[in-house]
Amino acid sequence: MPTKIIEKEIEKLDFQSGGEASSQLKNKLRKLGVTNAIIRKTAIVTYELEMNVVIHSEGGVIEASVSPENLEIIVSDSGPGIKDLDKAFTPGYSTASDEIRKLGFGAGMGLVNVKRYADKLNVETALGQGTVIKVIINFN
Amino acid sequence: MMKLGQVKELLSTKVLYEKKGISDEFIIKNACGADLMSDVLAFSSEKTLLLTGLTNPQVIRTAEMIGIDLIIFVRGKEPLAETIKLAKDQEISLFMTDKPLFEACGLLFHYGITPEKMNYIE
Repeated sequence: MPTKIIEKEIEKLDFQSGGEASSQLKNKLRKLGVTNAIIRKTAIVTYELEMNVVIHSEGGVIEASVSPENLEIIVSDSGPGIKDLDKAFTPGYSTASDEIRKLGFGAGMGLVNVKRYADKLNVETALGQGTVIKVIINFN
Repeated sequence: MMKLGQVKELLSTKVLYEKKGISDEFIIKNACGADLMSDVLAFSSEKTLLLTGLTNPQVIRTAEMIGIDLIIFVRGKEPLAETIKLAKDQEISLFMTDKPLFEACGLLFHYGITPEKMNYIE
């Protein structure tokens, strides 16, 4: 039975707190004795997903649970949904505004980085409704 | 590789925050230079130096995610007080140099700091 170790709401365009959930998760995993490599993979995945919610969505929730075999991260938001999933996974493709790019985001590498370090990745998205991204990172 | 003291001298850095216990003898093996956060996250070795022209607090968050120890802000950009505070909380040392990104990276490369491995976590 997986144990939930984090559940945090993410506000739209809240760059002040954006990244806090990933930071908290990283610290929790360290306390649980998870290896550095897994912590780094997890931190990259969750930070990219968390900032995606801050940048692109109307707000959402990030949850993470651990089981003896793996870590499951679920990031859900309430819209606007991803218009073209293939493009969203193309390195360099971004729909971020110029304002967001000035902050250093919108490299078009977010979901690419997520896919690189996820052992399993599932994306469900509906235009106008929202996106749910589920990532599994194995401990072995 | 280079010692932190040599890097500071070569780039004429100003210290913004130095983590307690870190000395000029601290060895820096590799570094990365980037102005986009996802590009920074694509670098994956631990114990790295980041050179960047971005100075907002998210730079510190990004650095924290991949365990970066040192950040040098280039092009003479002074970060916000908020950025320095977050760096203190995360114990990430901050420096700034007047040199632009290309020149700063080029100098460090020339004097023995090697590029970061990308996209690979051991």
